[in-house]
Amino acid sequence: MPTVIGFEGSANKLGIGIIRDGEVLANPRHTYITPPGQGFLPRDTAKHHQEHALDVLKQCMKEANLTPQDIDCVCYTKGPGMGAPLVSTAVVARTIAQLWGVPIIGVNHCIGHIEMGRLITKAENPVVLYVSGGNTQVIAYSQRRYRIFGETIDIAVGNCLDRFARILKLSNDPSPGYNIEQAAKKGNILIDLPYVVKGMDVSFSGILSYIEDVAHKKLKSGECTPEDLCFSLQETIFAMLVEITERAMAHCGSQEVLIVGGVGCNVRLQEMMGAMAKERNAKLFATDMRFCIDNGAMIAQAGWEMFTSGQTTPWDETWCTQRYRTDEVEVTWRD
Amino acid sequence: MATKPSDLSEVDLIQQGAEARVYSGHFAGEPCIIKERFKKTYRHPTLEERLTQRRIQQEAKALLRCRKAGIAVPSVYFIDSTNNCIYLEKIEPSLTVREFIQQLPLPYSDEDNNKLYAIALKIGSVLASLHNTDTIHGDLTTSNMLLKFPHDAFELYLIDFGLSQVSQLHEDKGVDLYVLEKAFLSTHPKTEHVFEEILKSYQKNNKKAVEVLKKLDEVRLRGRKRVMVG
Repeated sequence: MPTVIGFEGSANKLGIGIIRDGEVLANPRHTYITPPGQGFLPRDTAKHHQEHALDVLKQCMKEANLTPQDIDCVCYTKGPGMGAPLVSTAVVARTIAQLWGVPIIGVNHCIGHIEMGRLITKAENPVVLYVSGGNTQVIAYSQRRYRIFGETIDIAVGNCLDRFARILKLSNDPSPGYNIEQAAKKGNILIDLPYVVKGMDVSFSGILSYIEDVAHKKLKSGECTPEDLCFSLQETIFAMLVEITERAMAHCGSQEVLIVGGVGCNVRLQEMMGAMAKERNAKLFATDMRFCIDNGAMIAQAGWEMFTSGQTTPWDETWCTQRYRTDEVEVTWRD
Repeated sequence: MATKPSDLSEVDLIQQGAEARVYSGHFAGEPCIIKERFKKTYRHPTLEERLTQRRIQQEAKALLRCRKAGIAVPSVYFIDSTNNCIYLEKIEPSLTVREFIQQLPLPYSDEDNNKLYAIALKIGSVLASLHNTDTIHGDLTTSNMLLKFPHDAFELYLIDFGLSQVSQLHEDKGVDLYVLEKAFLSTHPKTEHVFEEILKSYQKNNKKAVEVLKKLDEVRLRGRKRVMVG
């Protein structure tokens, strides 16, 4: 029963988690929060990770009540993500692995989300909607790969939400998406926004420029409130996501759908996906903030699967990469 | 005759897709397909209404436009906008290109490869004519192409124009091909050589093929997280 520690730092969350045979022993996280109207820049985010890495690590070991001798393998996020934050976190992981004398494994961040979702929800072979600040993909497993059936052809859905929150100067604490979700509950006018679905792909960049323009004009003239805009944006982009997910389910003949990634903890998105699943007699699987949002345990879990199937990463390959597609990874732990 | 499918006993449900229920029935004595866009409860009612109406219109308009240009598509018999149904000519006997390809055993024999090339040639030329009329299909997959019997004659019909639009932009045409490329290769593993033939045939038959294929290359690179060399 291997015990695996995972380091995640591909974006503005620094997370370290420990997994032992499907059990989460500890999973602390520290988020770099920027002032309203500002996004997180790579250099500052890297600095944040460097400053907090050791504290979070100590907290993690304490919560799990383990000593370094108990750890069998160290895992870290190899990519995709922002370069500087990735590297800052990987340095810590490499150092720890050498100090503790255990093997190291570089994990694909997206695979981390999928495996954590499968572990927590017990979904067997779902169509996966992976939605976050940097990714928007509809994924299904076939022949040893997580294959991408649909995806965004420009910006990620979370990026669209984050940037819209900046236009409205919403708070980034705890996250821009959470504050849009809360504001949307008070909105009720549906503003006509572009609805862009191309086969199983979606596009968000046009919606963002459009709503930016509308926001400035309509808010000034008092035709709508910021809450109405949040509501309209969520209703439109989530409907697009549910639509392409449904198309992928019909295409693959799947009866399970799993939502993962930071945007996946949005309750309205889960509701809409649930309604779609119900109509198709399919089952919806979703997780809450602890596991949807980037965390260390998900890297540990994917790493645990790789480790128990006999994989480790040679030292000279323990680098990071900003571009690392989900379908590049050969899945050695599933049939 | 235009009764809604729910109370027409001679109507048989033949397929439930992601968007629509497809029934087989009769219209003015002719065998027909009835495609009902059912309500999506997950969507806001206003958005749902707007999208459904728009897609029915887009589908009918595109089918008409294609027919005028001599591209093989089913004829539109009737539109029931109250019940969100469209009555279409039944292409029979036929099977989808997807079914046709999937019935060929892997690895492909030379004979099967020749069949695949013949289909690719046809797909490429049909898409070239489609784009020559500035019609963008919007959801090109091998499930949305029908092969009429006898299949060796390779008479190809395009269906499902709900996401279609009219556009002269090379960008839109490039994305149309990109959508097909992804659907084609994820549905039919090890058919890269077949897709190449589709593009070659497209190039021969489309007036603006050079520009469109250049855009296709651009759109491919735009896909997120792709490994880039250089």
